[in-house]
Amino acid sequence: MNQTSSIFPRSPQWESDGTHRIPFVAYTNEELYQRELERFFYKSHWCYVGLEAEIPNTGDFKRTAIGERSVIMVRDAQGAINVVENICAHRGMRFCRERHGNRKEFVCPYHQWSYTLKGDLQGVPFRRGVKQDGQVYGGMPADFKTSDHGLTKLKVATRGGVVFASFDHEVEPLEDYLGPTVLKYFDRLFNGRRLTILGYNRQRIPGNWKLMQENIKDPYHPGLLHTWFVTFGLWRADNKSQLKMDAKHRHAAMISTRGQGGKAAQVTDVSSFKESMKLHDPSFLDVVPEAWWGKPSVVMTTIFPSVIFQQQVNSVSTRHIQPSGHGAFDFVWTHFGFDDDSEEMTLRRLRQANLFGPAGFVSADDGEVIEFSQQAFESKPFHRALAELGGHEVEDTKHMVTETLIRGMYRYWREVMEAT
Amino acid sequence: MRIDFEDYFALTQLYADYAAIVDSGKYDLWPDFFTDDCIYRLQPRENYERGFPLATLSFTSKGMLKDRVYGIQETLFHDPYYQRHIVGSPVVRKADAERLECEANYAVFRTKLSDASTVFNVGRYIDTIVRTPAGLKFASRQCIYDSEMIPNSIIYPI
Ligand SMILES: [Fe+2]
Repeated sequence: MNQTSSIFPRSPQWESDGTHRIPFVAYTNEELYQRELERFFYKSHWCYVGLEAEIPNTGDFKRTAIGERSVIMVRDAQGAINVVENICAHRGMRFCRERHGNRKEFVCPYHQWSYTLKGDLQGVPFRRGVKQDGQVYGGMPADFKTSDHGLTKLKVATRGGVVFASFDHEVEPLEDYLGPTVLKYFDRLFNGRRLTILGYNRQRIPGNWKLMQENIKDPYHPGLLHTWFVTFGLWRADNKSQLKMDAKHRHAAMISTRGQGGKAAQVTDVSSFKESMKLHDPSFLDVVPEAWWGKPSVVMTTIFPSVIFQQQVNSVSTRHIQPSGHGAFDFVWTHFGFDDDSEEMTLRRLRQANLFGPAGFVSADDGEVIEFSQQAFESKPFHRALAELGGHEVEDTKHMVTETLIRGMYRYWREVMEAT
Repeated sequence: MRIDFEDYFALTQLYADYAAIVDSGKYDLWPDFFTDDCIYRLQPRENYERGFPLATLSFTSKGMLKDRVYGIQETLFHDPYYQRHIVGSPVVRKADAERLECEANYAVFRTKLSDASTVFNVGRYIDTIVRTPAGLKFASRQCIYDSEMIPNSIIYPI
């Protein structure tokens, strides 16, 4: 029973010190996945929980998830944002069932234990027992202290209207976590303006959660898989572009500046490219540059492990990765705008949202390819994927013809996962 | 508010024809159920009820529907699948000489090759239907779906 299997390895067999060949087992092994949850989602990392604009008023809350753990983001009477775990201190019930709402306190329906919006236990029914015939029966022990039994409180950081939380109170400051290079692009998008929530899209993708990070660290595929992009001139391999990472290579920004359209066939390599193709309704691509963009028209920021920030011309969103077992994740899109948007700009953002999300012209196919990769990984876990475009190294580039960001993410993954 | 039998028959025929076409794979015929300046929206119930404007798909002209058909047929890579709509009887909320406002429940099943049929998308149509020389057409069709999680992707029209 102790034999090691050559077909079903129990740990990833990397072919070298590099990360340009990624063992399939990194996507299929449940034990590894649990280590990922522990090391990336529950310890020493910041995870995305939401936008401040989702809970503008005292008592407003939103239920969401970090890894597989259910958490509640809530605004208290002082205006501060707290994040607490959705587990009653008594019997462990996930007490909060609504996904959003407004509360003065949290009450677990099972035994009516109640908590403040900061997560402190404030009420325990029959704590002092029941008086009957001059006697006191039951009740909690004399040494029971409510202060010992609050909800699990997370460390919270907000910046530019975005809320991150960590179960690990020793985690480094958010700004250090993001690092100066990526922080610059974070601040470009979330530059202090108030955000307005446009709405949500939710999809369940039957693939390992890392595949979504990799998808948005992969500038190789958009011009090839997303023929819609190419057909209508939104994506060209010769667009001015840059790929940048933080010092640990876990986060990244894919930055590009839209080309001028027209004769693109020679730079796309896409056989289906049809130059004559015109939209019946060109308003899908009614792009209006905004002052805050600076030069780039597209910046896709991957924040490891839990979120992607999208700016694709006028469409801006957060994409939240909520893993569910090694082979699936929920992908929650929150589209937003800014307080100073004109009505036309809001409509434009909404129209361009047709390109993205679970039915989007250029996003539906991302979920599909992730699903089919996972299918293959499961059936052949001893094999490995290639990420060798642009070489074996991990480096920032001034072009898109490289898989350097994927190699970078796995360099970090190996550092953390292989540490004892 | 009453409509006569002929109107109700035409209405149920429209619903049946629509379901038959979107399940048939002949997506080219789908835009013809709509007026030129139609609205078509596929929206999570959550956004609809909370007043958030975002939809999963939101089209505001017949041209956009034709562009979607082009996307389905030419640009969107996806696993092939069959879909099958089961649409309830329409409830007529309002009717006058020009238009009908109706609702109907729907359930869509998805069948992928070599796989079992599963519930794909469940919700309710909220429609405005107008009388035109070419018969009844959708001026607006909103598909407000209960299904909390889209099973990966939606490619074909609901
Ligand atoms: Fe993509």
